[in-house]
Amino acid sequence: MPFLLNTAEDQQAMLAAIGVGSLDELFAMVPGDLRLARDLAIPPALTEMALTAHVQALARQNVPAGEKVCFLGGGSYDHFIPAVVDAIAGRAEFYTSYTPYQAEASQGNLQAFFEYQSLISRLTGMDVANASLYDGATAATEAVLMSMSATGRPRHVVTAASVHPEYRATLAAYLRNLDVEVTTVGTPSGGISPQDLVAAVREDTACVLVQHPNFFGCLEDVEKLAQIAHDKGAMFVVAVDPISLGLLKRPGDYDADIVVAEGQSLGNPLSFGGPYLGIMACRERLVRRMPGRIAGQTVDRRGKRCWVLTLQTREQHIRREKATSNICTNQGLLALRATVYLALLGPHGLRETAELCLQKSHYAAARLTAGGRLSLPFERPWFKEFVVRDRDGQVKQLLHDASDAGLFAGVPLGPWYPELTDCFLVAVTEKRSRDEIHALATAVAGGNRKVMAAHA
Amino acid sequence: MRNTRATQPLFDMSKPGRRATQFPECDVPVVPITKLLPASALATAAPALPELGEPDVVRHFTNLSTLNMSVDTHFYPLGSCTMKHNPKRNERLASLPGLLDLHPLQPAESLQGMLALLFELQEMLGEIAGLPAVSLQPAAGAHGELTSLLMAAAYFRERGAKRIKVLAPDSAHGTNPASAAVAGFEPVAVKSTPQGFVDLEDLQSKLDEHTAVFMITNPNTLGMYDPNMRRIAELVHAAGGLIYLDGANMNAILGISRPGDFGADMMHFNCHKTFSGPHGSGGPGAGPIAVTEALAPFLPVPIVARDGDGYRLASDRPQSIGRVRSFFGNVGILVRAYLYIRSHGPDGLRRVSENAVLNANYLLARVKHIFPVPQGDRCMHEFVASAAKLKTDKNISAMDIAKRLLDYGYHAPTVYFPPIVREALMIEPTETESKETLDAFAETLFRITEEPADLLHEAPHTTPISRPDEVRAARQPIMVAPPAGGSNVTRGE
Repeated sequence: MPFLLNTAEDQQAMLAAIGVGSLDELFAMVPGDLRLARDLAIPPALTEMALTAHVQALARQNVPAGEKVCFLGGGSYDHFIPAVVDAIAGRAEFYTSYTPYQAEASQGNLQAFFEYQSLISRLTGMDVANASLYDGATAATEAVLMSMSATGRPRHVVTAASVHPEYRATLAAYLRNLDVEVTTVGTPSGGISPQDLVAAVREDTACVLVQHPNFFGCLEDVEKLAQIAHDKGAMFVVAVDPISLGLLKRPGDYDADIVVAEGQSLGNPLSFGGPYLGIMACRERLVRRMPGRIAGQTVDRRGKRCWVLTLQTREQHIRREKATSNICTNQGLLALRATVYLALLGPHGLRETAELCLQKSHYAAARLTAGGRLSLPFERPWFKEFVVRDRDGQVKQLLHDASDAGLFAGVPLGPWYPELTDCFLVAVTEKRSRDEIHALATAVAGGNRKVMAAHA
Repeated sequence: MRNTRATQPLFDMSKPGRRATQFPECDVPVVPITKLLPASALATAAPALPELGEPDVVRHFTNLSTLNMSVDTHFYPLGSCTMKHNPKRNERLASLPGLLDLHPLQPAESLQGMLALLFELQEMLGEIAGLPAVSLQPAAGAHGELTSLLMAAAYFRERGAKRIKVLAPDSAHGTNPASAAVAGFEPVAVKSTPQGFVDLEDLQSKLDEHTAVFMITNPNTLGMYDPNMRRIAELVHAAGGLIYLDGANMNAILGISRPGDFGADMMHFNCHKTFSGPHGSGGPGAGPIAVTEALAPFLPVPIVARDGDGYRLASDRPQSIGRVRSFFGNVGILVRAYLYIRSHGPDGLRRVSENAVLNANYLLARVKHIFPVPQGDRCMHEFVASAAKLKTDKNISAMDIAKRLLDYGYHAPTVYFPPIVREALMIEPTETESKETLDAFAETLFRITEEPADLLHEAPHTTPISRPDEVRAARQPIMVAPPAGGSNVTRGE
């Protein structure tokens, strides 16, 4: 076995030093009736060559997003990843290092976390950020839990139907056993209306959770919504698309209390939905209620500036059942990727990325709706993603036809929103070209292939 | 030679006008932004990120990396977290576009290879666990704990039972009681015997009709296999409770003893420990769970299902607790777990555990005369030695030893855990280390105990920094770079 180094001779010498006669004897501690008397029923070992062939065959049964033209979004985006991100994150000293509990052996990771926190803080306009959580959905859920403890209102939270359905499902699963009522405000116009929110927020509401741009790609009236939440003493928790912050106001500017995000957009591959990067930032007064790891600056015994994991008394390994959360492992490597990505893009690169997404998605929407069959059901402004309605109600067929034409044209909304069964979601990142947008319009806007053929 | 400028903060390197990325000209007609978005939604300045060139970024992060220890560069005798060799083939294969470049919402027919791989992984993990139903969803071990406890809550709710307590030994990982609290249960600590086993009397006294789950780590955090495991399971089940197995230490018993066979109803795997996902400075991990048939209906959605020759993500499961995260799971790590298991096969997995246990016992045998192991002279994959006598005799603490080891090029063991051992040094050599490495490490430990106490109190001496002021970090927390330097970049229109 190539990963084991002990030779048969080594093993004998080691067994002798221990004072046992065989490997089997080492397991004397395991009661005989609890020992597996047979081999595990799993396939036999594969050599590296055989494994490579096997996995390549499996991989060939998939269609990578890069082989089709990818207009899929819904919380996972085909953004450009500069080569430097892979080069740095692939360095073994980052890749195979441990959680930085031993600060002296981990200054590289700790400083990178500190820089990540600084970048996220500046991006969101918040005072502090942690060093990452599992993903956007769990980050949103943790933010809601934080708001419940910070406000002392553990019984009621409000969210909008325009928040990612999987974020809301995650929240519901976490809260199910905690006896918390979740009011979900409908968003028939593609976003939450201030009047509806006023009606939903109560004196015992811990927070209002919204997404901006929301699941439909639309902007919310975040300033008004924050005001409504704060008027009732509730916190305003917002989930953002970090790329959008190249253009949009920072959540700190519209008085958000906690900001969360799915950080996949920041230099992380699609990877079939994971591992992704849960971003969280908040106001300084909330930092001791924040879950997860935080790197902090200090000095060493020689007075040299350095970094450590700080405020660890919030964490489970110190505080046990009184911890702010149960989180132990975070997404350190993905946070590093985001740090490198943001360092590479800088203020102007991020703005250009955001502008390209904005311009191209609006151009795509205009092309798609030009033929008359497709329309935009929502009149709200949007950033890089938008909902398209098929007047003929043939979303499934239409997406299928597009796939035959070499395009992942969009995400059908029916499974999450029965009232939007005739709609799908189209995302246009900076990677999509004019020609690809035209191909999309040709494949879906002109109707199905038969219709197109008839017109040809 | 180490680059002394390595620690210059990223923000201080910023110089207006530097660029590391260029984007193609917009190839669609450009419309003024204010025609597309309301002015009220727009920022008035670009985000205050640093402005750097590619060489700046590459050198900065490359230099930072050299300030870390890592498994590829150093031996990590670190208990509880299993830092072992990460097979390089896993990285290469997991990066195939056909596995990495897949969108989570693309159609199932374009994912059949990935779904087949994940389905097979579900089956293999179920077999290794001895528990038939698997969810690959949880993002980490603690997330698997939480998911399972939410399932237990649903299971009892379904039966109309109000069970509010979750028991865990006082030697357990902190995640156990924390997960219980987050899931809405009342965590209760169960005493350990001096050997680190579950105190049966204490367990019995705390088991009642309110007990939902007993969480147990076996082998435990002292590296011992609880000889009373069967009795514990009988007691918990007789009280109507469920057994949860914290699978952090599964690398000791692969193919040797299965949690389902020794009474567990639910368990998680730590893919990054047992199946060698890269640790990546603290994540990502993956924490798949395996449960009994009785609990299977409550698994989170979706799971991978096989329909004839095809595979799909199944969400049509009415009793499911729902979702515990977005999309499917930490698939990149799951793919590495799959590759690891397929590289080993049944014999290989068994040899992994044999060598993990052999290495740990060998190291224990080598060091026990200087560092007594209160739990005795045998262990599974890790052991907890005590520096209590050195502390008394020479004023050398576990922390001193840990810090001094860094000078000799070894990562420090886990210290002061579990809390039930004084001056604990928790050591796990793992199966991928050689006898030579273990011998050299043991010699180094002996050498350190002969060194002057003052030298040790000030250790480490050769690392980039030494003994940071953690109290200051916590009392006057500085968690982001100051606004000066590279901030307030004015937007150029």
